Amino acid sequence: MSEKKKLKNPLSLQIDPDLFREATEEEKKQQVTMRESISFMRDALRRLRKNKIAMISLFVIIIIALIAFIVPTFYPYTYTKQDVTAQNLGPFQYSAKEQMKIDKGISVFPHIMGTDNLGRDYAIRVIYGTRISLLVGIFSALIVIIIGIFYGSISGFFGGKVDMVMMRIVDIIYSLPDVLIVILLSVAIKDWVSTSKSELIARLGAGMVSIFIVFGLLYWVSMARQVRGQVLSIKQQEYVLASRAIGASPARIIRKHMIPNCVSVIIIIAAMQIPSAIFTESFLSFLGLGVSVPMPSLGSLASEARTALRSYPYQLIFPALAIFLIVLSFNLLGNGLRDAFDPKLRN
Amino acid sequence: MNAKFLRYLVKRLLMALLTIFLVIAITFFVMHAIPASPFSSEKAKSDAVIAALEAKYGFDKPVTVQFFNYLRNILKGDFGLSTGWVGNTVAELIMGGFSYSARIGFTAAFFAIILGVIFGSVAALRRDRLLDKVIQIVTTALVSMPSFVMATLLLLVFALQLGWLPSLGNQPGGLVLPIISLALYPMAYVTRLQRSSMLDVLGQDYIRTARAKGVRNSKLIFKHALKNTLTPVITYAGPMMAYILTGSMVVENIFSVPGLGRLFTNSMLRTDYMMIMGVTIFLATMIILMNFLSDILYKVIDPRIDLG
Repeated sequence: MSEKKKLKNPLSLQIDPDLFREATEEEKKQQVTMRESISFMRDALRRLRKNKIAMISLFVIIIIALIAFIVPTFYPYTYTKQDVTAQNLGPFQYSAKEQMKIDKGISVFPHIMGTDNLGRDYAIRVIYGTRISLLVGIFSALIVIIIGIFYGSISGFFGGKVDMVMMRIVDIIYSLPDVLIVILLSVAIKDWVSTSKSELIARLGAGMVSIFIVFGLLYWVSMARQVRGQVLSIKQQEYVLASRAIGASPARIIRKHMIPNCVSVIIIIAAMQIPSAIFTESFLSFLGLGVSVPMPSLGSLASEARTALRSYPYQLIFPALAIFLIVLSFNLLGNGLRDAFDPKLRN
Repeated sequence: MNAKFLRYLVKRLLMALLTIFLVIAITFFVMHAIPASPFSSEKAKSDAVIAALEAKYGFDKPVTVQFFNYLRNILKGDFGLSTGWVGNTVAELIMGGFSYSARIGFTAAFFAIILGVIFGSVAALRRDRLLDKVIQIVTTALVSMPSFVMATLLLLVFALQLGWLPSLGNQPGGLVLPIISLALYPMAYVTRLQRSSMLDVLGQDYIRTARAKGVRNSKLIFKHALKNTLTPVITYAGPMMAYILTGSMVVENIFSVPGLGRLFTNSMLRTDYMMIMGVTIFLATMIILMNFLSDILYKVIDPRIDLG
């Protein structure tokens, strides 16, 4: 028996140094960073990146946006240019006049989606319609975000009587039938716009102006409700109490603690707002209350296509496909964002 | 029926009445803010004629007086006279249109709920299998399609290309396509709601207990699970009503059904302000009442919900 063994008493705290060996470089490194600490935001974005469907939808949205905003800058046709010799052409068809030019060796840009009953190139009209849809979606989300956060955080932060009154107002607005109010306002504003001298309003059209007004008046309520709920629960947290004890102003607490913690709710609701806004705009344009002619919208294009549906079905198919693709991508991206940002679903 | 429930009922009813009042007020004042007189758009008339017409319809009185007159008349069921369909009252026109819209709307709602619940339950029970995936893909596509796209595509394919169904609402079988176009979106929505709610319920302890006790699968689903999955569907009843009523404006125009929606768009074309106001208030009241009913039903069915 060696001396060492004798020394060792099972109850002693003496440690046998011979049992230790030096750590390898790799092991040392492991000690330094076991696991990278990541913020909630980055974690959510990582989860979003793993979601194939959401990423494909995002990709499709980016492609559509690029087409909608870049193609009109170099496209040879404009959405207003009429050509009576080229009415109701099918996709990639040429009018007799254009055919003559081609025969002479002059290149003519093809009508990718044909032309409409006034001889306007249909592809550029669909592209402009897509642009309107995207703009409506994004601006409505912005309006909803700004008003909803402002209203919801104030209501939740102050609580008590202020909260009660503000939430009653939200309840009432919430129960108003929004689409009917939009239609009503567009009817009224249409009349007002036709007499107004502002060029911007005239260009946007009654429907657009009323859509934005109504989003500003009505659509922010679900955002305000969610933000308020979130703020109410964050208010109870100890770190908020601590910062209040140090003397932080309400504005600072809202900015530094409330809003960052509301980000997931805000992103989810804003993402769901976009497709519903696009729906509403196309619906109004279909009824003839949207953008003013000659500016096309996907809804008004589909509406005009009805007059010659049997002969020229593609005039319906193209705008229908465009709006379907846009809404579908935003819906799928919204689902992906919800899965990525909803802490309740986190494993 | 306990006191707490009764208090909730009264509170909710007052809220609904207040909302209806607000809709009437908004409608009235928005329409009266329009600078043009409803008569000025028609062929050139002398100022005296316009003044006489305005006096006939009571447009020469102060706005607040007009408002309370209007309110009082509505309570009596009198929505005023139509200026676009001269000789008709707004109430008559609304009731005439509503008989069509109600038939289409309620049939669509009925099928949307029944089929939605069936498809949603089937998808949940076959979770992650092929059938579930097919149902999910189809419903995702359907909820991304605006009503006018759905209706015009159905018209194009089934009426114009295949010729299976008539394209006009007044032909025999002509209401089939409008009903389908209105039902598809809510059906897809109900399917998705029902699927997630069924998955939720199937994961609960009492279902596992029942299964452990040897309850047959069919009894387990119909007796134990199904009832508890229906609450989300009930809360959707109000929004569904709103979707169907506003969707009918588009669908009735596409299929030429002489319902409320078509009446509404036509009254916009004829700048018939009394009609626009009447239809807006009527539709809004329907939607608000439906929301009220679904809220009440929700509390009746699920007593666990806090009445607050």
